[in-house]
Amino acid sequence: MEKNSNILNRLDWLTVILWGTMMIMGWLNIYAAVYNEEYTSIFDMSQRYGKQLLFIVAAVILAIFVLVTDNKLYYFFAWFIYGIFVFLLLMVLVIGKEINGAKAWFEFGPFGIQPSEFAKFATGLALASYLNSKRQALGFRTMATATSIIMAPVILIAVQPDMGSVITYFAFFIVLFREGMSIYVFISALLALILFLLTLIFGTVAVALGLIILSFAALWIFIRNSQVLTALGIMAGAGALSYLAGHYIFGAGLDLIIVSSVVLSGAIYAWYLYRYRLKMAVIIYSFLLGGILYLFTVDYAFHEVLKPHQQTRINIMLGMEDDPYGTGYNLNQSLISIGSGGFAGKGYLNGTQTKFKFVPEQSTDFIFCTVGEEWGFVGSVVVIGLFVLLLLRLVMLAERQRTTFVRAYGYGVFGLFLVHFFVNIGMTIGVMPVIGIPLPFFSYGGSSLWGFTILLFVFLRLDAGRAEYLG
Amino acid sequence: MKDRFANRKYFIMALAIAAAVILILRLFYIQIIDKTYRTSAANNVLRHITQYPARGLVYDRNGELIVYNQAAYDLLVVPVQTSAFDTARFNEILGISMKDFRDRMKAAVSYSRRAPSVFMKMISSETYGFLQEELYKFPGFYVQARTLRKYTRPVGAHLLGYVGEVDDKLIGQDKYYRSGDYIGVSGIEKSYEEHLRGRKGVNIFLVDVHNNIKGSYADGRFDTTSVPGTNLWSTIDLGLQEYGERLMRNKTGSIVAIEPSTGEILALVSSPSYDPSLLVGRVRSSNFIRLQADTVKPLFDRALMASYPPGSTFKMMNGLIGLEEGVIRPTSLFGCSMGYHAGSLTVGCHSHSSPLDLPGAVMNSCNAWFCNAFRSILENKGYNSIQEAYDRWREYLVAFGFGNKLGIDLPNELSGFIPTRSYYDRYYGKDRWKALTVISLAIGQGEIGATPLQMANMATVIANRGSFYIPHIVKKIGEEGGPSSVFSQKYTTGISAENFEPIIEGMEGAVNGGPGATARGARLDSIIICGKTGTAQNPHGKDHSIFVAFAPKDNPQIAIAVYVENAGFGSTFAAPIASLMIEEYLTGKMKRQYLEDYVLKVVIAPDGKEQ
Repeated sequence: MEKNSNILNRLDWLTVILWGTMMIMGWLNIYAAVYNEEYTSIFDMSQRYGKQLLFIVAAVILAIFVLVTDNKLYYFFAWFIYGIFVFLLLMVLVIGKEINGAKAWFEFGPFGIQPSEFAKFATGLALASYLNSKRQALGFRTMATATSIIMAPVILIAVQPDMGSVITYFAFFIVLFREGMSIYVFISALLALILFLLTLIFGTVAVALGLIILSFAALWIFIRNSQVLTALGIMAGAGALSYLAGHYIFGAGLDLIIVSSVVLSGAIYAWYLYRYRLKMAVIIYSFLLGGILYLFTVDYAFHEVLKPHQQTRINIMLGMEDDPYGTGYNLNQSLISIGSGGFAGKGYLNGTQTKFKFVPEQSTDFIFCTVGEEWGFVGSVVVIGLFVLLLLRLVMLAERQRTTFVRAYGYGVFGLFLVHFFVNIGMTIGVMPVIGIPLPFFSYGGSSLWGFTILLFVFLRLDAGRAEYLG
Repeated sequence: MKDRFANRKYFIMALAIAAAVILILRLFYIQIIDKTYRTSAANNVLRHITQYPARGLVYDRNGELIVYNQAAYDLLVVPVQTSAFDTARFNEILGISMKDFRDRMKAAVSYSRRAPSVFMKMISSETYGFLQEELYKFPGFYVQARTLRKYTRPVGAHLLGYVGEVDDKLIGQDKYYRSGDYIGVSGIEKSYEEHLRGRKGVNIFLVDVHNNIKGSYADGRFDTTSVPGTNLWSTIDLGLQEYGERLMRNKTGSIVAIEPSTGEILALVSSPSYDPSLLVGRVRSSNFIRLQADTVKPLFDRALMASYPPGSTFKMMNGLIGLEEGVIRPTSLFGCSMGYHAGSLTVGCHSHSSPLDLPGAVMNSCNAWFCNAFRSILENKGYNSIQEAYDRWREYLVAFGFGNKLGIDLPNELSGFIPTRSYYDRYYGKDRWKALTVISLAIGQGEIGATPLQMANMATVIANRGSFYIPHIVKKIGEEGGPSSVFSQKYTTGISAENFEPIIEGMEGAVNGGPGATARGARLDSIIICGKTGTAQNPHGKDHSIFVAFAPKDNPQIAIAVYVENAGFGSTFAAPIASLMIEEYLTGKMKRQYLEDYVLKVVIAPDGKEQ
C-alpha cells in the first residue's frame, strides 16, 4: 500500500490530465465525425463512438495496470519484450489478415490488433536498454548497433507493407541524437532528403548535371589554380568520349552516360590527389560520386519500390500533380473542411463537410478535419497546444532522469508522439504527404490508443520510480 | 556521469515548437486568410438527382397504345439545407395551408434532417411551372421529375395492373429499389416489372447555399444515365377487351378469349372492374381503400382467381377420356329416363329424346349418358382398381391444365382443384369408394374447381384437337423481342385428334342443331360456332351461367369461356355474350342489336336478383 500511494504521489499528474483530456476530445470528435440521426446516443455500442468509449475504458484499466507493475520489470524484460514483438511482426506476415493491401492485422473476432502499434513500445525499451549499457560517448559501432535495433522491426513492417508505420520509427533517431550521435549523420540525412525531393521535382539528369557543376565550382573555389582548368578539359573529354561510346556503341540513355562519365573522371581526381596532395579534391569527388549514385538509387526506389498511390501522394504534396477529384481528393476535401472552419469553427456537430462524408477515414486518420471544421482555428490551436505541452513536458521528464535507460526511453516516447502529431496533422492540411498514421489519443481505434497509452504510462511509471535507481 | 550532450535538449524542444509553429501558420493561412476553402465548402453540398426512366409503354396486339406516361413532379426537401423563406408564398404556390406545411415539414424532419425526403408528391405540370420560377427563393427544396401511368381507354384494369410505391420490406430485399421508387404491384406491371421499369440513373450536382446548381460533380464521372423501360406488345385485342367489359357491365363474372393457334389471350375480362386511372398518382391510396372496401370486390381478378365447378362444360372432358381409354365409342347409346338411376342414387336430367349417341349427348347435355360414360372409365377392367383408373382419369385432366396453375404471365393465378385419389381416401377411407361415390364428377359438379382461364384453355385444346400453348398476355418484349420462350412450347394432352371430332360435332349441334340443342342463342349465320353450356351449382345463391366455345369450327380463330355469376342456365347469358364476342372478333361488326340490347339491359346484382 505504501508503495502504491508513493506512486500516486510521484506520478506526473499533468501528463495524466493531458492524456485524459485528449482522449475525451478525441471521443467527442469521433462522435461528430460519424454522427447520424439514426443513432444519436453517444453510448451506442453499434457505432464507432460507442466502441471508442469501450477502448478508452480499457485504456484506463491498462494505464492503472502499468502503474501498479514493478518498474524494474521493464528494465529487465526490455529485450524479452522486444523479442516477442519482433516475433509477432514475423507472425503477422504469415497468419495476419490483409486489410487495404497490408498484412498488418491479427484478427480476434470483430476486433483486429496491429502488432506494429505495440512494437514501437518494445523498440523504445530495447533501444533504451542498449544505450544504457554503453557508458562511453557513443561511437560509430554503438550507433550502428542501435540503428539495427530500430531497423529490424522497420524492415518487417516495410514488408507488410505499412509505409506509414515505417516512417514513425524514424522518431527513434531523436533518441540517438540526444545520446550523442554525430551531427553530421543528421546533416547528411537532411541533404539526402533535399536531394531526393529535388530529384523528384526536376528529374535525375538535371540534378546530376547540377551536382557536377557544383563540384567544379567547389574545386575552383578551394583549389584555384591552372590545374583545375586542365582537369575541366580532361573531364569534358572523358565525358564526351563516354557519351559517344555510350550513345553509339552501347546505345545507353543519358542517365547511364552521366554516371559513367563521373566514374571515369574519378581517375583525374585520383591523379590530383597523388600529384598535389589535395585532400579537398578527394572529398569533393566523393560527394559528387556519392550524390549521383544516390540520385539514381532514389529514382529507382521511387519508381520501382513505392506503389503508384504512394508516388502520387508525394507528387501531390510536392505540387507536381493537381487532381482534386482523383487521388488528391482526400487532401482536397480535408483542406476544404478544415479551411471552411474559419476562425471559430462551425460549432460542434455542425460541420457540413465531415457530416456529408466528403472526407474519407474521418474518424481515424482524418479526425483532425472534424476539429478544424467544427472548432475552427481556435480549437485547432488548442489541440496543437495540448500536444506541444505534452511534448515539452516529456522532454522535461526525460531530462530529470538519473539513468540513460529511462531518459532514452522518454525521448523515444517524445519522438513517436512528435512524428505522429506532426505527420498526421500535417497531412490533413497539406504540409506532409498523405501517410496513413493515427493522431495519438484522437483517432478512432483500440490498437493505437492502447499502444500510445502503454508507451506513455510505462514512461510515467519509470519516472515515478526514478528515486529507486541509484545508477 | 557527465552528460556532454545535455544541451541538445534545447534543440529537441525547439523541434517540437517549430513543428507546432509550422502547423499553426499553415492553419492560420487556410482557415483565416484564404477564403477559397469556405466557398468550396459551400459548393460542396452534393445533390443526387435520380433520373427516373419512363416506364415501358404497352400496346395491344394490333399496335394500338394502351398504357403510356405523363409527366409529374415530386417536390423534395433536405431539412438542414432550408433557411428562412417566404412560407406564405410557398404555400400559395402549392395550394396548401400553413398547418399542412408544418405537418409535411415535420414528417420530413422526422425522416431525416440531412437526407432528402418527399415534401409533396406528384405536383402537376402547371404548379411545377410556377414553382420552378421561384424555387431559388426556397433553399433546400428541389424538384424531381417522375412519370405516371396514363391509359388510352378505361379498360383492362386487372390485366394491366397498377404501379405503386415500393414498401420497406422489398427495399430490404432488392437493392435496386429506394424509398419512394415505383414498382408494378399487379398485372402486367408486376410480372414484367423488370422490363418495364428500365434502369434508374443518377446525376450528382454541386449545389451552393442559395440552392443553385453549380455544376456537375467530378465532371459527371459518378453519374449514371437512365435507360428507358422496354415497351411491351400485349396479346390483347383492345377493342375486344373493351367490348367484353361493356357486355359484362352490371354483371359479375369473367370472359377469357384465347387465340387457339398461339395461346395468345385476346381478352381477359373480370367484372365488376374499375377504371385503371383510378389507381394512378396522388388519388391512388384513397381510391384503393375505396375499391378494397367495395362489397362487389372490383379488385378481385375473377378470370384467374375465381374457382368454380365447371358444370356441364366438363362433360366434354369425360367424353374425350372415355374415347381415348376405349371404354366408349362415338356411337355408344345410353338411355335416359329423366336422369341416371343406380339403386337409390339418382342424377336428374331434363327431357330429351333417348337413347343418344355421344354427339347427341353433348348437344343435349344429357346427364345420364355421361354418368354411364364416367362409370365405364372408372370401372375399366384394364386397371386393377377403381382408384387406379381414377388416377389415369386425373392425369388426362392435368394434361389439359386443370388442377395446376397454367403458368400465365400474370401474378396471382389460382390452380383450381381436381381431387387426388388420396383426397377421397382420406374422406371415405382407403380404397373404400366407388364410381358411384364420385359420380357428380361426371357432370362437372362436386369437389372440382376450375378457373375461367382453365376453361378457356380447355376450349383451346378442343379447338386445336389436342394441343395448346400456355396462355399468355404479352407477345413481344421490346420492338425486336418475342414472348418468353416458355410460351412457344407446344403441349399435348395425350388424346388423339380423331377423338375430338364427335365432341366437336356435339358442340356444333349444341349451337346450331335442331330440337334439343342447348345453346341456340349463340348461333351465328355466317360462322359455325361450336360451344357447350354449363351451370355451376352455387350453394350461396342462384347458379352460375357458363359457356365455353370456339369458332370457326375449322381452323378456329378464337376459343372462349364466359362465366356469369348468379345468372342461372348457361344458355341464358353466358352463351349470348360468348356469341357476341366471337362475332365482334371475327367479323369486326355486330349485327344483332337485339341480342346486345338484351345482354346490356340486364343488371344482375351479386345476390342473383335481376333488376
